[in-house]
Amino acid sequence: MGIDWVKLFELVVSSALINNFVFTMFLGLCIFFGVSKKMETAVGMSITFLMVMVVSAALSWIVYQLIMVPLDLGFLKIIVFIGIVAAFVQSADIIMKKVSPVLYYKLGVYLALITTNCIIIAVPLHNAGEHYTFLESIAFAIGSGLGFGLALIIMASIREKLEVADVPAPFRGLPISFILAGLIALAFTGFSGLITL
Amino acid sequence: MATEAEARKLVVSVSPHARGDETVGRIMWSVNLALLPAFIMSVYYFGPRAIYVTGLCILAAVLSEHIYQTSLKKPTTIGDGSAFLTGLLLGLNLPPSVPFYVPIVGSVVAIIITKLLFGGLGYNVFNPALIGRAFLLISFPKLMTIWFAPTAKFVAMDAMTTATPLGILKEEGIVKLMEIFGDKTDLYMSLLVGNRAGSLGETSVIALLIGAAFLFYRGYITWHVPVPFLATVGLMAWVFGGEGYFTGDPVIHLLSGGLMLGAFFMATDYVTCPSIRKGQIIFGIGCGVITMLIRLKGGFPEGVMFAILLMNCFSPLIDRSFKPKMFGAVKEQKA
Repeated sequence: MGIDWVKLFELVVSSALINNFVFTMFLGLCIFFGVSKKMETAVGMSITFLMVMVVSAALSWIVYQLIMVPLDLGFLKIIVFIGIVAAFVQSADIIMKKVSPVLYYKLGVYLALITTNCIIIAVPLHNAGEHYTFLESIAFAIGSGLGFGLALIIMASIREKLEVADVPAPFRGLPISFILAGLIALAFTGFSGLITL
Repeated sequence: MATEAEARKLVVSVSPHARGDETVGRIMWSVNLALLPAFIMSVYYFGPRAIYVTGLCILAAVLSEHIYQTSLKKPTTIGDGSAFLTGLLLGLNLPPSVPFYVPIVGSVVAIIITKLLFGGLGYNVFNPALIGRAFLLISFPKLMTIWFAPTAKFVAMDAMTTATPLGILKEEGIVKLMEIFGDKTDLYMSLLVGNRAGSLGETSVIALLIGAAFLFYRGYITWHVPVPFLATVGLMAWVFGGEGYFTGDPVIHLLSGGLMLGAFFMATDYVTCPSIRKGQIIFGIGCGVITMLIRLKGGFPEGVMFAILLMNCFSPLIDRSFKPKMFGAVKEQKA
C-alpha cells in the first residue's frame, strides 16, 4: 500500500491553519492564555507540546486500533486515552529528570500542564473517530501541535506589544487577550474552505 | 514619584518614533484626501447610495470615538482624522446595497473594539476598517454579498444585482466573464475605470492609483508593502490561475477585487504593518500569497481583506525577527 503524501500534507496544513484547534474550535484555551504572556514560555511550551502530542497520538492509536477495536471496547476510549496521556506525561517527566536534567529544567514545567490540555485528548479522539491510519494520525497530531504552537507564538508576540499599550483598566490582562483571540479567530475564518478533507 | 508630565515622557511607544514635522492629523487627512477620487467614482457609478453608506460609516465612526473618549474623560482625538479615515475606508469597502444598521455596526466594532480597547491609535493590532468589514461579512453574509451593477447615472435609484468579476471567475470561469464584458480589452478597460460590480470604493483602479500616487509623492507610503504584494499576486495568478501552470491571466487578478484599495491604503497602515523595511517586504509577499490562496482555492471569492488581517497578526512577530542588532551588542552567553 503506497503512502498518500498529498493526503498527509493536507492533514498537516488543515489541522495547523484551517481547522486550527485554538482559533476555530476554541480548545486548549487554558494553556493558550496561561503561557502566551512571554515569548520564551510560549516557545518552550510549543516545543514540548508538539513532542507530547505526537507520541501520545501514536500510543493512543496503537492501543485503540490493536486492543480496543478487536475487543469492541470503543466506548472506553475517553478514559483510556486520558490514562495513556497521563501515564506517558508522568513517565516522561520522571525519565527526563533522570536522563537529562538540563532539558527537564527547560521544559519540565510545561509537561505537568499539558496533561490537562483538551487538544491532547481531542486529537486521539478525532483520530479514532475518523478511523485514520497510523501515518494519518501522526500527520494530524503534527499539524495540531504546529497549529497550537503557531497560535501561542502569534499571541505571545502581540501580547508582549500590548504590555505597553494604554488598554482601559478593566480590560487589562486576560479580557483584552480574549478579545484579541476573537479577532485573530475572525482573521482565521479567511482560511475556511481552503482544504476540504 | 515622578509627576504626570515627567511620567509621560517615559512612555514607551511603538514605532514610528521619528515623524519629522508631520503630525498624525496631517497624514490622516492627506490619506482621506487621497481617497477622494475613489469616492467620487463610487458616487458616479453607484449613485446617492454611495454618499449615504459612506456618510453613515464616517458619522458612526467619529461619533463612537468621541462618545467613548468623553465618557472615559480622555481627550478626544476625532480631530486627527483617523476615525474619519476608518469610517471612510469601511464605507468604501461595503457593497452599495446594505441597510442602514450595517455601516453603523461595522464602524462601532472597528473603532471601539479594534482600536480604542487596545489603547487607541498606534496600539491597534488589526486594521480597524478591515476588522469592521470582516465582522460584517461573518455576521451578515447575505447582505454583504449583494452587488449592484454600476449604472453610471448619478440619480439611479433602482439597480440590478449581479456578481462581482471575481465571483463570476470563481463560480463560472473565465469564459463566462469574457462573455459578459465583451473581449479582453473591454474587460480590462471596465476594470480599470471601475465600471463593474463590487464594493463602493474598490472598483475604480485609476482613481485609486491617482490617490496612491499622491501618497507616494508626499512620502507617506513606500513601495515596500504594496509592490511585493501586487507582484506576488500577479506572479501567482500567472503561475496557478489558469488551466495549466503559467497560463493564468495576472491582469484580471490585479485589477479586480479590493486589491488596489487594500495594497495601497490598508496594508500600508503604519500601525499594523511591520515597521522594519525588510519585514514590510515579507509582509507584502505574505499578503499576496494568502490573497491568491483564498481567491483560487478558498471558500471566499475575494481574499485581500483576510490576507491583510492574517498578516496583521504576524507583523509583531515579523518585527521581532528582523530587529536590528544594537550597535556593539555582544551575543548573549549561555548561562
